[in-house]
Amino acid sequence: MYNIVSAIFLAENIKKIEIQAPRIAKKRKAGQFVMIRAGEHGERIPLTIAGSDPEKGTITIIVQGMGKSTRELNLKETGDTIHDIVGPLGTPSHIEKFGTAVSIGGGVGTAIAYPTAVALKEAGNYVITINGARTRDLVILEDEMKAVSDEAYITTDDGSYGFHGFVTQKLQELIDSGKPIDYVLAIGPIPMMKAVAEVTRPYGIPTVVSLNPVMVDGTGMCGGCRVTVDNETRFACVDGPEFDAHKVDFKNLSDRNRMYLPEEKQSVEAFSHKCHLGQLH
Amino acid sequence: MDLKPMTTKERLAIPRQTMPAQDPAERVRNFNEVNLGYTPEIAQKEAMRCIQCKDPICIKGCPVNIKIDKFIKLIAEGNFLGAAKKIKEDNILPAICGRVCPQEDQCEKVCVLTKKYTPVAIGNLERFAADYEREHGQIELPEVQASTGKKIAVIGSGPAGLSCANDLARFGHSVTVFEALHELGGVLMYGIPEFRLPKDIVKIEIEGLKKIGVEFVANTVVGRSVTIDELMNDEHFDAVFIGVGAGLPWFMGIPGENLLGVYAANEFLTRVNLMQSYTFPENDTPVFDCKGKNIAVFGGGNTAMDAVRTAKRLGAEHAYIVYRRSEAEMPARAEEIHNAKEEGIEFLLLMNPVEFIGNEQQWLTGVKCLRMELGEPDDSGRRKPVPVQGSEFVLPVDMAVISIGNGSNPLIKQTTPEIEVSRRDTIVVDINTMATSKENVYAGGDIVTGGATVILAMGAGRTAAKAIHEQLSEQASNPL
Repeated sequence: MYNIVSAIFLAENIKKIEIQAPRIAKKRKAGQFVMIRAGEHGERIPLTIAGSDPEKGTITIIVQGMGKSTRELNLKETGDTIHDIVGPLGTPSHIEKFGTAVSIGGGVGTAIAYPTAVALKEAGNYVITINGARTRDLVILEDEMKAVSDEAYITTDDGSYGFHGFVTQKLQELIDSGKPIDYVLAIGPIPMMKAVAEVTRPYGIPTVVSLNPVMVDGTGMCGGCRVTVDNETRFACVDGPEFDAHKVDFKNLSDRNRMYLPEEKQSVEAFSHKCHLGQLH
Repeated sequence: MDLKPMTTKERLAIPRQTMPAQDPAERVRNFNEVNLGYTPEIAQKEAMRCIQCKDPICIKGCPVNIKIDKFIKLIAEGNFLGAAKKIKEDNILPAICGRVCPQEDQCEKVCVLTKKYTPVAIGNLERFAADYEREHGQIELPEVQASTGKKIAVIGSGPAGLSCANDLARFGHSVTVFEALHELGGVLMYGIPEFRLPKDIVKIEIEGLKKIGVEFVANTVVGRSVTIDELMNDEHFDAVFIGVGAGLPWFMGIPGENLLGVYAANEFLTRVNLMQSYTFPENDTPVFDCKGKNIAVFGGGNTAMDAVRTAKRLGAEHAYIVYRRSEAEMPARAEEIHNAKEEGIEFLLLMNPVEFIGNEQQWLTGVKCLRMELGEPDDSGRRKPVPVQGSEFVLPVDMAVISIGNGSNPLIKQTTPEIEVSRRDTIVVDINTMATSKENVYAGGDIVTGGATVILAMGAGRTAAKAIHEQLSEQASNPL
């Protein structure tokens, strides 16, 4: 059992949870994730480590309530426990001094991009962050991102805050302005990562994405998370989750992520019924 | 039971006692154990068949050298608890080994009765003694020697790690077992299905180790959460045993392998066994809905049998084993092939998949196969399958499970490069001591041999425990 030190909502349905896990806090590097099993009958789900405090022995995850397990996690309060948490898993982000590095986060992907943005800054890069949200109320980590960025932009699909449009439009604008860009990291929904890859491809800008396939063990023993990169099968949990965006087969990834949609729906319905989850709808 | 001494002739006249089992038509609808176990009467009768050889060669056939003649004699005398205690002097997991060991290739293969009669059912008797002890709530703890003050880390809680930890704890060392998953037991928990090995039994046998002082740390991936060097330098472990198994699934590398509905056996079995997705949605992990569907499992080993029988229990209409050689070459146990056939599993032999075919939505719809014929023997001594020209056809299936074997996880190799590995990424050891090329680091089980059996892994764990104990005792008496 792992104790929750604090649990607070950052935005509607997006919760920041700080968990006591000293071994993970000590070892984790940017880009790595944990597998979490919320309760006794829970499934194992992957969540990126958004930050850690080795002295306190805690790690932070940021969870958006999507399916049953993430909603269950979002019901957790300070003082509650999490059944199982294992990590840090995955290959850490490749960090070096690229020059100008753009970190792009879409939705809750912002939380996943954040630790890598911090590492890029610490490595001496000129860091530009672009964080997209559907609407103003869903913008997260604005202050944190500003603090690590030389330039920070927020985009909203509906124009209710910051730049009106998608993250890709902002990125295109930066490229068009003649700014030299040496590295792009994009984390968010698959269509957004694919779109970013297509923006940078013609310019040959090295672009990295963090993939989010279905995982079970997260340690390389099942191949459930296999993705096609450069026409080869790779396991995202050990070889990734970060890969060269220009070589990823996004279509296969989004197809495979649909595999359990009916079961997920069934699970959410059973859970909502059981817990009267009105407040999360 | 009449205890008057029997003559050898009388003993040989007793037929080998079969084990009662669930009816096939019934058992394909549940995940309960297929074999029901001997009653005390049957067990005693079977035990009477043992002629108590002067030189019990069966003991040498057992990788952990259980005193087979002695425990069987105790069963024959009706001293079932004594029999269980006798077994546990050499084997900490008798309820498990009695169920999953391939006795026909080990102890029972060399039983002297084998030549003219049928061998004594050693496995069934081992299982009976262990079950009897557990069901009567009288599990006795083995003796543990005085503390040596030495700390040993065991990586992996599968059969190799458990048996190594047990022996080390009994030598008086302080043992901590690190496990990557949230449940202990390795393949015993995620691989072998409930209907062959009930998970409660695994848990209880592991409880026994906790009671003699072995500490377990779950959710810890050595190589990621902590490295071997950190365990030795920062956490002051005097020795390390690596028993991480062979858990990296092999794929076939044919087109369409990433379609929806194509699983590696490890994933399919982990979802069903470890995550209990057969109870979905009571447990949260889903698995492909097999009801009324056609399922193909590729391979001919025990894992393939476990996967196909699992698919049948999940409601598959047709559940096929697709194997590129003939039944004679199948590595699976004869008993499991027999059980699978009884359950209506269809065997498609001499057939090799060349491509997975999917629909618009990328769901698997069929497998393109070639018929094969057997040619000359290959390196393994088995006749090599060769494709029959123009024999291509499509087998319609909705789900496929690939069960063609496993390799070694690269994490230890990546993070502790000074441990020598073979070309196949298995760890190289001295077979007498299980010592690796790194000082005070030992390894055993599938990470050394590649995929093998539970009992061979346990044997390797024992060998390593003895060597570690000797090494540490020597170091203690010769402090630098």
